[in-house]
Amino acid sequence: MSAALEVRGLTTRFETRSGWVTAVNDVSFSVSPGRIMGLVGESGSGKSVTGFSILGLIDKPGEISGGEVLVDGTDLRRLSPDALRRMRGRRVSMVFQDPMMTLNPVLRVGDQMAMAVRVHDRVSKRAAWERAREALEIVGIPAPAERLKAYPHQLSGGMRQRVAIATALLHRPSVIIADEPTTALDVSIQGQILAEVRRLADETGTAIVWVTHDLAVVSSLADDICVMYAGRIVESGSAGAVIAAPRHPYTRGLIDSVPSLHPPGTPLPQIPGATPQLSHLPSGCPFRPRCPRATDICATEPPRTGNAHMALCHHPLTEEVPA
Amino acid sequence: MSDTLSPEGATLATPAAAKADSRATRLKNFWADFSRSPVAVISLVVIVLLAALSFGAPWVTPQNPYDMASLDWMDAFLHPGTEGSGGYVHLLGTDNAGRDMLSAILYGLRTSFVIGLSAGALALMVGICVGLTAAYFGGRIESLLMRIVDLQLSMPAILLALVLVAMLGQGVAQIVLALVVAQYAYFARTTHGAATVERGKDYIEAARSTPLPTRRVLFRHLLPNVLPPLIVVATVQVASAIALEATLSFLGVGLPLTEPSLGSLISNGFKYIHTDRTWLSIYPGLFLMVTVVAINLVGDQVRHVLDPRNQR
Amino acid sequence: MLGYLIRRLAQAVVVVFAMSVIVFVGVYAIGNPIDVLIDPGATQEIRAKLIAQYGLDQPLWRQYLTFIANVAQGDMGTSMVYNIPVVDLVFSRLPATLELVFVSVCIATFIGIPAGLYAGYRPDGIAAKAIMALSVLGFSVPTFWIGMLLIMTFAVNLGVLPSGGRGEVGSVLGIHTSLATLDGWSHVILPAINLSLFKMGLMIRLTRAGMVEAMRTDYVKFARAQGLTDREIIFSHVLRNISIPIVTVFGLELGSTLAFAVVTESVFTWPGVGKLIIDSILQLDRPVMVTYLVLVVVLFVLINLTVDLVYARLDPRVRLKGGA
Repeated sequence: MSAALEVRGLTTRFETRSGWVTAVNDVSFSVSPGRIMGLVGESGSGKSVTGFSILGLIDKPGEISGGEVLVDGTDLRRLSPDALRRMRGRRVSMVFQDPMMTLNPVLRVGDQMAMAVRVHDRVSKRAAWERAREALEIVGIPAPAERLKAYPHQLSGGMRQRVAIATALLHRPSVIIADEPTTALDVSIQGQILAEVRRLADETGTAIVWVTHDLAVVSSLADDICVMYAGRIVESGSAGAVIAAPRHPYTRGLIDSVPSLHPPGTPLPQIPGATPQLSHLPSGCPFRPRCPRATDICATEPPRTGNAHMALCHHPLTEEVPA
Repeated sequence: MSDTLSPEGATLATPAAAKADSRATRLKNFWADFSRSPVAVISLVVIVLLAALSFGAPWVTPQNPYDMASLDWMDAFLHPGTEGSGGYVHLLGTDNAGRDMLSAILYGLRTSFVIGLSAGALALMVGICVGLTAAYFGGRIESLLMRIVDLQLSMPAILLALVLVAMLGQGVAQIVLALVVAQYAYFARTTHGAATVERGKDYIEAARSTPLPTRRVLFRHLLPNVLPPLIVVATVQVASAIALEATLSFLGVGLPLTEPSLGSLISNGFKYIHTDRTWLSIYPGLFLMVTVVAINLVGDQVRHVLDPRNQR
Repeated sequence: MLGYLIRRLAQAVVVVFAMSVIVFVGVYAIGNPIDVLIDPGATQEIRAKLIAQYGLDQPLWRQYLTFIANVAQGDMGTSMVYNIPVVDLVFSRLPATLELVFVSVCIATFIGIPAGLYAGYRPDGIAAKAIMALSVLGFSVPTFWIGMLLIMTFAVNLGVLPSGGRGEVGSVLGIHTSLATLDGWSHVILPAINLSLFKMGLMIRLTRAGMVEAMRTDYVKFARAQGLTDREIIFSHVLRNISIPIVTVFGLELGSTLAFAVVTESVFTWPGVGKLIIDSILQLDRPVMVTYLVLVVVLFVLINLTVDLVYARLDPRVRLKGGA
């Protein structure tokens, strides 16, 4: 099956006082229809910027300096600004972290959703509201017609995030980028949303990129995982393989420091040190100063080892297990 | 991370780096950001130059224009660039009393700076005290103080100053007092706004729960955090104090005619606006404008640099 | 909503009352009008008679009570200089000031807001920089000097517009205004531009700041992620949001424009209340000063009240609180 989203060599950089800083460095991955890809990393790893770069929503002082973003085979990077805009919301859409902030506080939910309908489809206002109502129904919002008339502050956080997801779904896009959409929610609400998203991916065939720092969420939700560190993907593979047998020392460290993925009663290991500043990266492997397996060779560019289960490392923990 | 579009790496670098930075590097960074705008740098140079000239006026100018003995009626209304009876060239001409305009302007400018700076500094101090007191104590004290401040803010400064000057009479001290009363509210509001934001943060709560005296918590912990917005307000207020003084003096309710003031000079020149003696009003006005605009431009750039969202 | 309105009205009355005390005491602390009004050569009897006539021999609190009692009957006293009832005097001057303020506020708004929107939309462009530079000039160059330059340029050098005074007054829909005649417009345009520059500078900066702020919000990014055009985002999302602070400042500035009219009216010898207050301060005409100040306070309170009500209409979050 061809990929709904294929990213090849995507590179995004920002101009800072100390020169250009590469926030997304040669990132490649692909997501098939109906699959959920977990993009995992600590804050500052470039995972959110990757999400925005896919939609071409990088403003000054940043720029996307290279790579391809293929949605259903169309390279978004080659499109004119207006053609790219017409892809957004229709073929590829996005959900943000904080549902308190993503809806305009002074406009009714229905007006905001109807606007999103009518920007791509020339339908009447009435028809647009009807489409919005259906979308709310799909994401499991009770009494959707009334919710449409509400202002955002009259809805709960979980409800607002469902509204945002419904808005992203309005045009049945092939790809949805979800940027930590459950981080700001209560755990019980988070569970409901995750189940809903899984169901939506299965039923609608939408490919989802789930950007998160929470490995526990990804291990239960995603089909595939990409682990980002300092702007690069350091490990990628199927969720089961990456969680069960991580190959990159950084992934190992991440998994070990998640309480729920760790045997109870033993002390929780930690990764020593802190996320590096992108403006002051060490040469070679950026994880080198914090890595227990680092040797002199790590000062040179790490190689890509393995295929389906890739690790960007001189000393991977295991050889790739053939599928 | 609410600001999802910003480069995570870059915003990440700022807080960690800022804490580690010494005061000197922070100053250096500030200057690096400030000097990004050539307009602001030129403005700063202009301000320094004008300040130096005006404070050095007694040594720089050929005559003391407010010493009646040094004036000669024969020199009245000399065109700019004409040589007068004193044997020197009047670069900007002379007025109806034979006063050298350049000298009068520099003396007037000195008054402007003195009034602007002292009114600004006093208003800053009063405003900080009112704002911090309100923010720190909260409750009734806060609502009473801020009510008064809001009420005053809704009254235009010019009106307050007019009434106060009318009540207090004319003179430098009276003008400064009127300006302080009219302007402290801006500082109080800014201090209060910034301090209430800080107050909600844990470190203030932590400092309050220790047996530190109130005054210490206020000035050592709260003040440094409300300082950046205050610096911006202060530059704007100094400029507006200078403009206000000139306006009041122009209207005839500011400084007495015996005191050098750009406003009175312009007011005097205004009488000759229908003649060709336009140098009498144009030149003092130009100096006033350049001063006020330069201060505002510097303030603008400071605001831009101190805005955390513009930090790179 | 009704409870909210009543509470706000009660507050307004308290503010007006408190301000009237402050104004009264403040103004009566100024100098001694007797010295100005009465011929120094007058006899003791005439002096005493005049003092009693103006009520100046009474203690201050009694003078205030008399004042309030008279105000309640619509009597604000008699001008010591013009010797006519102050109410008549002020209201004969008020229309001139109001039409000046009206025209200048219109100029400031219809130029300032679009310019600010544009400057905030493309903050790094050359046009935006030019707009911002003009706004700095607008609110930092003293009004009186710009007014003078306008007179020099358009009245003295070019001779196309009059240098001062109010033009011929016509009548539209029963309202007497100089805006009804061409001559009136030729007189009002220079002072109105002069008065509008400060406010325009402020409007530009405020709108720009709101625009820049709004363009950074998540809901604008979300709208962009949905494929909305910039035009749709600005007109449907941003404008609605920044209208709230703009309305607030607009109201406050309406009041300050009234006050700044003092300067413009003096420069252009515009026969409004601003010119009147300067004259009365210089001549210690207390009743006129008190009336003007009380009038300004009442106008301010009314404007603030209106702003709050409009605010509640624009922001659904406030509407909820107001109803509670």
